[in-house]
Amino acid sequence: MARYAMVIDTKKCVGCMDCVVACKTENQVPRGFDRDWIVYDTKGIYPTLQTEIRSERCNHCDNPPCVYCCPCGASHVHERGGVVLVYPEKCVGCKACMAACPYDARFVHPEGYVDKCTFCVHRVEKGMNPACVSVCPTHCMYFGDLEDANSEVSRLLNERPGHRLLDSAGTKPQIWYLD
Amino acid sequence: MPAFSRRKFLKISGAAAGAFAGGASAIATKSVLAGKEIPSGSGIQTIPTFCDICFWKCGAIAYVKDGELWKVEGNPLDPLSRGRLCPRGTGGIGAHFDPDRLRAPLMRRRKRGDEEWTVVTWDEALNSVAEKMQKIKAEYGPEALALFSHGIGGTFLRHALKAYGAINIAAPSFAQCRGPRDVGFKLTFGEDVSSPERTDIRNADCLVLIGSHLGENMHNTQVQEFAEAVGRGASIIVADPRFSVAAGKAKFYLPIRPGTDLALLLAWMQVLVAENLYDKEYVAKYGFGFEQFAASVAACTPEWAYPETGIEPELIRSTAREMARCKPATLVHPGRHVTWYGDDAQRSRAIALLNALLGSWGRKGGFYYPVSMDVPGYAYPEYPKAQKDKVDNPGGKYPFADESITTGIREATLTGKPYPIKGWFVYATNLMEALPSAKETIQAMQNLDLMVVVDVIPSEIAGWADVVLPESVYLERYDDLNVEWFREPFVALRQPVVLSPHDQKPNWWIARTLANKLGLGNYFPWKDIEEYLKHRLSAAGLSLDELKKKGIIRGARQPVYFDEGVPDRFPTPSGKIEFYSLQLEKAGMAPVPQYKRPADGPPGYLRLLYGRAPVHSFSRTQSNPILSDAMSENAVWVHPETAGRHGIQNGVRVRLKNQDGILSNPVPARITERIRPDCAYLVHGFGHTAKGLKHAFGIGASDARLITRYATDPLMGGTGMNVNFVTFEIEEV
Repeated sequence: MARYAMVIDTKKCVGCMDCVVACKTENQVPRGFDRDWIVYDTKGIYPTLQTEIRSERCNHCDNPPCVYCCPCGASHVHERGGVVLVYPEKCVGCKACMAACPYDARFVHPEGYVDKCTFCVHRVEKGMNPACVSVCPTHCMYFGDLEDANSEVSRLLNERPGHRLLDSAGTKPQIWYLD
Repeated sequence: MPAFSRRKFLKISGAAAGAFAGGASAIATKSVLAGKEIPSGSGIQTIPTFCDICFWKCGAIAYVKDGELWKVEGNPLDPLSRGRLCPRGTGGIGAHFDPDRLRAPLMRRRKRGDEEWTVVTWDEALNSVAEKMQKIKAEYGPEALALFSHGIGGTFLRHALKAYGAINIAAPSFAQCRGPRDVGFKLTFGEDVSSPERTDIRNADCLVLIGSHLGENMHNTQVQEFAEAVGRGASIIVADPRFSVAAGKAKFYLPIRPGTDLALLLAWMQVLVAENLYDKEYVAKYGFGFEQFAASVAACTPEWAYPETGIEPELIRSTAREMARCKPATLVHPGRHVTWYGDDAQRSRAIALLNALLGSWGRKGGFYYPVSMDVPGYAYPEYPKAQKDKVDNPGGKYPFADESITTGIREATLTGKPYPIKGWFVYATNLMEALPSAKETIQAMQNLDLMVVVDVIPSEIAGWADVVLPESVYLERYDDLNVEWFREPFVALRQPVVLSPHDQKPNWWIARTLANKLGLGNYFPWKDIEEYLKHRLSAAGLSLDELKKKGIIRGARQPVYFDEGVPDRFPTPSGKIEFYSLQLEKAGMAPVPQYKRPADGPPGYLRLLYGRAPVHSFSRTQSNPILSDAMSENAVWVHPETAGRHGIQNGVRVRLKNQDGILSNPVPARITERIRPDCAYLVHGFGHTAKGLKHAFGIGASDARLITRYATDPLMGGTGMNVNFVTFEIEEV
């Protein structure tokens, strides 16, 4: 078994949106929609400020409410790595998954089905990184298997503190942000 | 930027959005390989080239899927991109799919600037241009035709116009961008910083950024090395009136009052000298006039600088000590777009001097000595001998301008002095957004007998042309070789990946065809670009076939630091690093930089600052469907206090009004702690007024149109543009 995850070093990320643009060209995401996006989180009062810049996307949760609530079996967990995917041909566009997702990660594709980040499984299955990871000019994104203790993602999470988004929602998200 | 809410799609129909998808455009985009070596309609082909979305020229690999352009990635062989393009490069295919791009040659139908066109053939367009060029030559001499050109694509056009006898050739990259920096460094070290900058960020232990917003400004190699430096814990010091992305990575952030950077620099140097923290051995060995310099900065204590800069003396001291602790691997970054306040060359010289005190020039983690492949230029016939001096800097009034000044050519066009300029050729630079005071540009153009624009998009300046010549985008054309000066030598090839979708032509073809019509065919002895490239490459013992396959050929690593064997010579008059400049003294200018307090704006007005967004290049990419999807509009940054005073709420649309009553388009207010209360900030490039840019027209605010005033640099004629002030008019909801 494998458990795919992404680790993102917010210290190095400059929020340039290359991940967003690369996803769009790689996956031909229609104009006006994004499978990933950047959040600038600023705290403090000028000039004493802290910013965290995050590249966000579907968290490919271990406990995915979008899959549980799908009435058509379109939202599902892929056979490998725990990747959460949608079968476009099964999806009726009812948006139950969109309401259930605490991360706002899904949208209705103009062709009528719900779409979102796939962790670029089509690339991962060929041994490549997801497009967003492989394009990142700051090398702040890492992808790999958490079941493998020697993988870069496992090593990074061992070495450095990190956090996940809305941990309290109980969805067990698989995108980790290094502090 | 506010997070884009997916929730809104719960409310709207999913089918409402536009149907652009990266590779699936209505434009037919057959691979150039289709029907040739590789059958069309099957599989994936990869073709290396180099990017043209900015001037960095990163090595790229274009993917063609089933005969259609799909995506562009970095070329792993390329030392600039190291296999990773920036977001603009990644969105580069959008230049090919841009629905607004120029499609066929156009000739003006009515008044200049009306943007009413007749579509003509290339023959008609170039015949008309050639005929008017001959007339200008006969009546005024060839010097009366000026060329404004930006980027490597202008190479062949520049050659054709030089063959015609043109001498007035300029780019905004000097007097509206990096000129002051290069002049300031040259006065100090005898050499400039060049492009890509010779900054060894990769090895710096301390990096000082003064207004330079790496990460928002996406010069690829620098941003990669910046992130690397942050990742390994280098000390980052940022002085900026805005809490930039880089400031968010900094160990020390200095919220400086705009226009006072020189006071900060002098105070830093005062601390280094007074506390004996500078590199004494380096200064003793290489410095000229150090004693006079030290005496000159002695009074510039942090306490002196505090009321000017607003930076606490202890913060000035601690940052100076931090720089000294990491020396010589402390890099005080020279910046790039540095035409701010009119004191820019002297401020840049102060940056050079600070680096000199830290011993970083020629040292690892400071400034390396760039190297290059030996690829000889094509041996053309000599250009005609100029009968006149260049027009942009009459009498050498800007004594240290070592490149031509765009605004000087504009002034000569406007006044007819020292002699009339009657023709403008503009290649790939949108002068309406690049030069300050659009009014003067428009007035100058009234005096022209010929105005030609060569570009890929119908920019604002193209709207003023008599003849518009549509160029193929970089993914559709060859260009000259990129024989870059960098920390390792390499040569890169740009080659076509797909065919141009309409009647666009590559610049080499345009230049060569025009030259033939002018009777200058002997200056283009090669029959096509491949023959030209083969000729150049074979002179260097390289093969075009190999370069077509790889995109990049790298040379052997050479020494780039003094301690690796680079000769420690400085081509200044003294042969040393000039702490005290006799050249400046002789010209009646401060031999050691002197601070002068910047003028305030009208009461209640904010200083207008502008900068870059990582997904756009200048005003050239806002109609690119992929990049505009990433950022379609700019917003004005306002501090909460200021917003409160003006009654502005977050997201409300406001117009900016400058001190001369010029109003911008309405833009959303982005109320943020990340800016000083006395400044407003816009990302440059938005607010298009060109009718042909249908997808960008009227969206966002143009900082350039609000820049009605500028402060001219007495050393080199650069135009300081951060001297404009704005207030707000709230739009009715």
